[in-house]
Amino acid sequence: MIRHALSSRLWHWINAGAIIVLFMSGLNISNAHRYLYWGDYGFDPKDAWAGVMRFPGWATIPQHYNLAVARDWHIIAAWPFAVGLLVIWAAMLLNGHFRRDLATCPADWTPAGVLASLRSRAPATAAHGYNPVQKILYGMVFGVLLPMMVFTGLAISPGFQAAAPWLLEVLGGRQSARSLHFIFSWAIFGFVVIHLMLALANWRLILGMVTGGSRAPDPAPSPAPESPAHG
Amino acid sequence: MVDLPRRSLIAALAALGAGACSKINKSETTRSLVGAAEGGHRAVHRALAGKQGLVPEYSRAERSPTFKGNGSVTVDDPAYQQQLAAGFPDWRLEVRGLVETPLSLTLADLRALPQRTQITRHDCVEGWSAIGEWQGPQLSVLLDAAKLRKEARFIIFRCADVLYGRDYYESVDMVDAYHPQTIIAHSLNGEPLPEKNGAPLRMRIERQLGYKHAKYLTAIEAVASFDRIGDGKGGFWEDYAGYQWYAGI
Repeated sequence: MIRHALSSRLWHWINAGAIIVLFMSGLNISNAHRYLYWGDYGFDPKDAWAGVMRFPGWATIPQHYNLAVARDWHIIAAWPFAVGLLVIWAAMLLNGHFRRDLATCPADWTPAGVLASLRSRAPATAAHGYNPVQKILYGMVFGVLLPMMVFTGLAISPGFQAAAPWLLEVLGGRQSARSLHFIFSWAIFGFVVIHLMLALANWRLILGMVTGGSRAPDPAPSPAPESPAHG
Repeated sequence: MVDLPRRSLIAALAALGAGACSKINKSETTRSLVGAAEGGHRAVHRALAGKQGLVPEYSRAERSPTFKGNGSVTVDDPAYQQQLAAGFPDWRLEVRGLVETPLSLTLADLRALPQRTQITRHDCVEGWSAIGEWQGPQLSVLLDAAKLRKEARFIIFRCADVLYGRDYYESVDMVDAYHPQTIIAHSLNGEPLPEKNGAPLRMRIERQLGYKHAKYLTAIEAVASFDRIGDGKGGFWEDYAGYQWYAGI
């Protein structure tokens, strides 16, 4: 049985590309005005709750300050990111991925459930799905971080506000939406760092995300998990 | 010690990336992809909001304490300074191009037309926002008075300011030209428009970013195409820096 459905794999890599472009072009856009505010308006650094660093060229798209080109890339990559998120949510609900791997039960949220999964020595390739901590973290990424990037991004757009003025109200104003857009983008960056470290520690996982991998039959209580070989 | 080769490797990769990126950025495919993405956002915005969908308006208490001036903050011309000091008695706004009846209006003419007052948020492409109360006639009133010809597809805004050696101008299509909140503002927060905000007249194109809101307005020109105006991209920032013509994103 295949571990990762084709829809999951396609989305994973398209989304990875979109996020890299969005994040790096976003850092270039941030350089245009490095101050963040709460509320509807904000233009005076004196009123800012944060002044962020100027992001260096190697971290941005393009690799020098160019707001127009950065916005072009941001505007393009927003499409696969937002449409992809909608599609993968539909696919996860239809193919059972959500119910099987992401939906939590009340026990998953108890300290005992969390501790058990942190102490768990089961290999990450375990066939019996995600442990409670994984479910909660992936659930937050799918349910909060990624959608919030779309919603805060839409709310910043002056053309979209005419379509959904309520979105600005919910988010506390345009400058709040802009601040949240920045904060959530770094939360996603944090997720990507952890995600990459875990994946690199067991490179077969990356292969599986390309080929689909195979889902082992329910393991018998096995000997100590085999540690991944490097090289 | 191990750090050195790794650093040069990163530098080499970055340089490779920069080279590849500048090629990608200039390619025909990228340009058409950018155009498609920009047009897609415009189509979705208008489908969801409707052509006449309004942006939120705020209460007086929600205005920002001041209103930032950005880009051109004056017109470097003695005649303009003279007019500014005298309250612009001789300023004329022309309505011309593809119209049946060209107009030439004084500030008094514009104040005598039906007025719209709106407290709206101004979003700069850089990311900041300010909120102010604007007053002036709707652009649609002027266009109807001048009777647009059928071939007219865009409205060009001509300005008195010169930025980086080029005449400032901007353009919108008929959807934004006829939007109810598209007004020719002569006042900000109950006072005549300040110099830094475009005295004596500026456009308000509320569903788009600040650079579309042309300041120091001298003429409104109906055209069939803006291909032959400036560098042909539809506005000063579009020509000069490659900013998006549809600035609703």
